Amino acid sequence: MSILVNGETRVLCQGITGSAGTFHTRHCIEYGTKVVAGVTPGKAGEKVEGVPVFDTVEEAVEKTGATASMIYVPARFTADAILEAVDAGVELIVAITEGVPVMDMVRVFDAVQRSDSVLVGPNCPGVITPGECKMGIMPGYIHNPGPVGVMSRSGTLTYEAVWQLSNLELGQSTCIGLGGDPIVGTSFIDLLKAFEADPATEAILMIGEIGGTAEEEAADYIRQHVTKPVAAFIAGRTAPPGKRMGHAGAIITGGKGTAAEKIAALEAADIAVAESPADMGTALQRAMKK
Amino acid sequence: MKIHEFQAKQVLRDRGVPVPRSIVARNPDEAGQAFKELGGSLAVVKAQIHAGGRGKGTIKDNPDQRGVQLVRSAEEATEVARRLLGHELVTIQTGPEGKTVHQVLVEEGCDIARELYLGIVVDRGSAGPVLIASAAGGMEIEKVAAETPELIHREPFDPDAGLQGFQVRKLAHKLDLKGKTVRSAERFMQALCRLFVECDCSLAEINPLVVTGDGELLALDAKLSFDDNALFRHKDLAELRDLNEEEPTEVRAGEAGLSYVKLDGTIGCLVNGAGLAMSTMDLIKLHGGEPANFLDVGGGADTEQVTEAFRILLADQNVRAVLVNIFGGIMRCTTIAEAIVAAYRTVGFNVPLVVRLEGTEVENGRKILEESDVDIISATGLTDAAQKVVAASGA
Repeated sequence: MSILVNGETRVLCQGITGSAGTFHTRHCIEYGTKVVAGVTPGKAGEKVEGVPVFDTVEEAVEKTGATASMIYVPARFTADAILEAVDAGVELIVAITEGVPVMDMVRVFDAVQRSDSVLVGPNCPGVITPGECKMGIMPGYIHNPGPVGVMSRSGTLTYEAVWQLSNLELGQSTCIGLGGDPIVGTSFIDLLKAFEADPATEAILMIGEIGGTAEEEAADYIRQHVTKPVAAFIAGRTAPPGKRMGHAGAIITGGKGTAAEKIAALEAADIAVAESPADMGTALQRAMKK
Repeated sequence: MKIHEFQAKQVLRDRGVPVPRSIVARNPDEAGQAFKELGGSLAVVKAQIHAGGRGKGTIKDNPDQRGVQLVRSAEEATEVARRLLGHELVTIQTGPEGKTVHQVLVEEGCDIARELYLGIVVDRGSAGPVLIASAAGGMEIEKVAAETPELIHREPFDPDAGLQGFQVRKLAHKLDLKGKTVRSAERFMQALCRLFVECDCSLAEINPLVVTGDGELLALDAKLSFDDNALFRHKDLAELRDLNEEEPTEVRAGEAGLSYVKLDGTIGCLVNGAGLAMSTMDLIKLHGGEPANFLDVGGGADTEQVTEAFRILLADQNVRAVLVNIFGGIMRCTTIAEAIVAAYRTVGFNVPLVVRLEGTEVENGRKILEESDVDIISATGLTDAAQKVVAASGA
């Protein structure tokens, strides 16, 4: 078991003929993901990495039975691509693209809420269930199947965490990058619900960062509803206020969204918080032994 | 992207949000002329920099001169402009070095009955824009929110339907607005909400919003900033960018596709990925050092970008050592190792360089570094890297 994706997930790729789309489709196929279709308007009939390309998501879903989509289209077309996937009834939409305008995401978020689709991202590394399905840009080989659910607002920092877990012989059930933007489709709370309900997940590692209050809300939810051990790390203790730290969502505004506030909220909920990024794996190990 | 008050007021004016009459001046004579053109007996000369707190801020080499001053004649306007233009204004937001004033705004005086606050941001929780209003105008809204949260009123609105009439009436009641001022508030608030969405703003703040003696609303101050990711569809707004107001190295980094933020420490860092870059700063601090910067080279850094990144780091005179921290995912460690070696040779390093590589093809990457003739301190883990770079910096 796992959450969101597994070995049976039939994946389509929007923007498959672009350089990023082609490159990552190849890596996903090599990992073992069932990539069944690609979509690029005007390129129907072509094949990329042996995968048939369609003009619309609707047709791709109809012809191939795809249930999940990963999106690599340029930022200005991403909102449209997500809405097309929602319209076609795609169950899981993973938007990798960075740089989507916030106002586009306001409209998209609303449309996704009114549908049965789940959106992960944008500006995220994607979703992986080790040994079964990789939908995204993360290096597959660092992951191992196992009991730890990983959720993060970051990309490479997630790889670092997974690497630490794998070196401690702690495999992962599913790893999800939520995305570094202020408005993203899936929250920590959405995933906490799913991990809590997933029998294969025995513990949860949460990686947050400055900006917003997602970590505080997650801490509150964990205290009330999560029985499995949780460990956390918050990036950005040394980040100055008012400056965007790479991610569009990683900014302290009006004195709010600091690492100190988040760490205090997590510790108040009895969650093991790693002080150093070198200790993400060991913090989880300690949480599991407690 | 931030813009100046005089630019923000023009954007407001163009989109039907009432602002006082004003003229921008770039030299003292223009300021005097502006006073005459406005034709009143009183005006305000306001220094234009991208920082708040200008009214209380003072000129660095002339602490008696504030950033905003009331004037009663063209001569006085000229004199105040002379004391502001070309000088550094220090406010609570600029840091002790201040920011150079390149233009002033000369604005007609107005009859102020009350001062309110109005702001719009995109709220992460409700995933949409929210209008924030308060009767406590002219004060720092963060302070009001912390000390008297009951004075802050929030109305989320749909970006396409806009702010509804009943929402204006709710706010008008809470702000104790009466009669024709309610109609003025409806026009003002709805126009501002429409502007916020149409211009892809990330912040719109009118503080203070004044109620004039005859019951109209006017934006006495105005702050607008825009979503950088949406500027591609607002060529006119993108032109309002003022590079004088930005940290030159941050501008240079942006042009090279690097995300860089300058800090005050002595250890330069070069990292791939924003989360890992932030964590690397934290790690340095945890081990007793102070990071000199945040620098994310992104997912596909090449030799050119790494070279430019090193140049930017080394241009900072405070830097005593540099830490490269790379987790190779899709980007192979061999690629980054080759880029480091090539860049090291081109740039001419004058401080110790610590490199920590992990991930895809790490063995070959480390081998490239070892076999090169460049003087690199190799580190094996995050903690090892932090200890080595802190020691090398002499901290």
